[in-house]
Amino acid sequence: MKDLLGLLTATYGPSGNEDPIRELIENEIKDYVDELSTDALGNLIAVKKGNGTGKKVMIAAHMDQIGLIVTGIDDKGFLRFSNIGGVSVLNIINRRVKFKDGTCGVVSYESEIDDIKKLTLQKMYIDIGAKNKEEAAERVEIGDVAVYDAPMFASGDRLSACAMDNRVGCVVAIEALKRVKESDHDLYFVFTVQEELGLRGARTSAYGIMPDIGIALDVTLTGDTPNARRMAIKLGQGPAIKVKDSSVISHPMVKNLMIKRAKEANIPYQLEVLEAGGTDSGAIHLTASGVPSGVISVPCRYVHSGQEMIDLRDMMQATDLLVAILNKDL
Amino acid sequence: MVDLLKELTEAAGVSGNENEVRDIILRLAQPLSDKTYVDRMGNVIAVKKGTGSGKKLMVAAHMDEVGFIISGIGDNGMLKFRPVGGIDQRVLVSKRVLIGPDRIPGVIGVKAIHLQEPQERNTVIKQRQMYIDIGASSKEEASRLVKLGDYAIFDSSFLIFGQDKVKAKALDDRVGCSIILELLKDRYDFDLYACFTVQEEVGLRGAGVAAYHIEPDMGLVIEGTTAADIPDVPDHLKTTKLGKGPAISFMDYSSVANKDLFKQMVRTAEENKIPYQLKENVSGGNDAGRIQQSRAGVPTIAISVPCRYIHSPSCVMDLNDYKNTLLLAQKFLKGCEVR
Repeated sequence: MKDLLGLLTATYGPSGNEDPIRELIENEIKDYVDELSTDALGNLIAVKKGNGTGKKVMIAAHMDQIGLIVTGIDDKGFLRFSNIGGVSVLNIINRRVKFKDGTCGVVSYESEIDDIKKLTLQKMYIDIGAKNKEEAAERVEIGDVAVYDAPMFASGDRLSACAMDNRVGCVVAIEALKRVKESDHDLYFVFTVQEELGLRGARTSAYGIMPDIGIALDVTLTGDTPNARRMAIKLGQGPAIKVKDSSVISHPMVKNLMIKRAKEANIPYQLEVLEAGGTDSGAIHLTASGVPSGVISVPCRYVHSGQEMIDLRDMMQATDLLVAILNKDL
Repeated sequence: MVDLLKELTEAAGVSGNENEVRDIILRLAQPLSDKTYVDRMGNVIAVKKGTGSGKKLMVAAHMDEVGFIISGIGDNGMLKFRPVGGIDQRVLVSKRVLIGPDRIPGVIGVKAIHLQEPQERNTVIKQRQMYIDIGASSKEEASRLVKLGDYAIFDSSFLIFGQDKVKAKALDDRVGCSIILELLKDRYDFDLYACFTVQEEVGLRGAGVAAYHIEPDMGLVIEGTTAADIPDVPDHLKTTKLGKGPAISFMDYSSVANKDLFKQMVRTAEENKIPYQLKENVSGGNDAGRIQQSRAGVPTIAISVPCRYIHSPSCVMDLNDYKNTLLLAQKFLKGCEVR
């Protein structure tokens, strides 16, 4: 699982440009599913048929990541950009970023800024080492998107890389998809697009599928770092079963079932109340006449930075929990 | 073409009260279409049957415009009002407006400079401190002319000036409406669903409903978008420039353009030698956001006519951009294979 996560976090796939990551996931799962398709927005939908007695379950993990989209190239060859998803100024200063074709650059800012708090993305640029506009334009076009270039490192059970949000969820989905063998249910594993721009892929894929139950897989924040904002989630204490975030209140039936299955299988778990942020279940549960939905989260530090840290055990136990849920009655 | 733009931009159609402009569009669209109807939200939908595939392409422009709604009538006969849609409150002072179906004239007033504290002169006057003066001297007199909930528009007439420049209110998005009316004159391989949507300026409301019941296979949005090619705006924030051709969007706050359609649009412009520009900023949103996310998803793209000072009584655009946007849309639809 660790190697797969390393590969996924290093693969390019910002919101709206998910082709490379989709291709990778497609190859990873194609031998394990009954149907595989890509919908109009680019969501990858993998179906594992049940025995006809179960429910239709949508398991969603967004495969997109945040990024920087080029809006213009100046005469000296510096790239101006806007954000794809939640990009904070502080997280990107002097960071190394890469484009789809491997072109690398460094993010910096106009040096006349004296107060860093006043810095906005409009005063920042990407330096790809081009000597002038023509040279830059040969490598990068307007509308191209850069992502963090930060390969994974491991320190014991702790793993750190860019795009843990939400390649962790993708790995959980991929592993569960391979391991689930005896489910009664029709399982729709959806690797969604454009979550970081407002749950867009989940909205359309859920409409296309019309599931009976929705389960999203994503990362969540933690409260276990120095002077952290208070939050009862820690790395290494097991997967988090979401109670609420800004996009959804988990359906009690789904949430309680998750707790029950965790207890039965002796899987440690934490209960998550996320004060700011949302995930695909926010869109899924409001589809058509409503879909009972819940979320399994993997705790993650430094979310949306160039190095997001998780605990491998949390991810593995999240997978165990998902498999336990899908293998039994819903 | 110019006459059409004049008629459309001078018509009233603040979000939620699009009747006047809708009537004009219906009158003009009917003879060009196989079927026209108004849905429950008030969107106009004109259908032009195709010659082949039976696939549906939804082309959308919103007919609503930003404006005002009357929210109170004071004892002194002055009207309180609220903006409908995004309006910069700094453009409001001393502007002329027309209120309600009878177009009662009024001016937006504030305390004169002589009466302002020094501190007040250095701050922006808040919209809530402004009022509309319709020349009435009592609540009774004002109430005979205006009712609560009446809408008001900027009083601004269509003008051609300078080098092929146009000044008008509501170019956003009557330019799109006008272009779509032109597109209806042709017949295509696919069925063309020309949608003139309502309530875009208050949250893309009409387009979502229209896309839901049309169930299109592809979406094309035609807009008026912001141009900031004016002094003191750094090059990288100009977004679009007048006279440089239609702006093709790769992304805004409501949608990321479908990659294939984006490439196809750029290719269409290049092959036909139509000048074009990319919208060099991520800002604003439009009906594409709702169409793209309708039902199980719809591949969607937006092109726009650059307009300076949008959402003000005096928007300015270049007629050449308008013609080239129409040309690009025509060529795109002619070469378009809807799947």
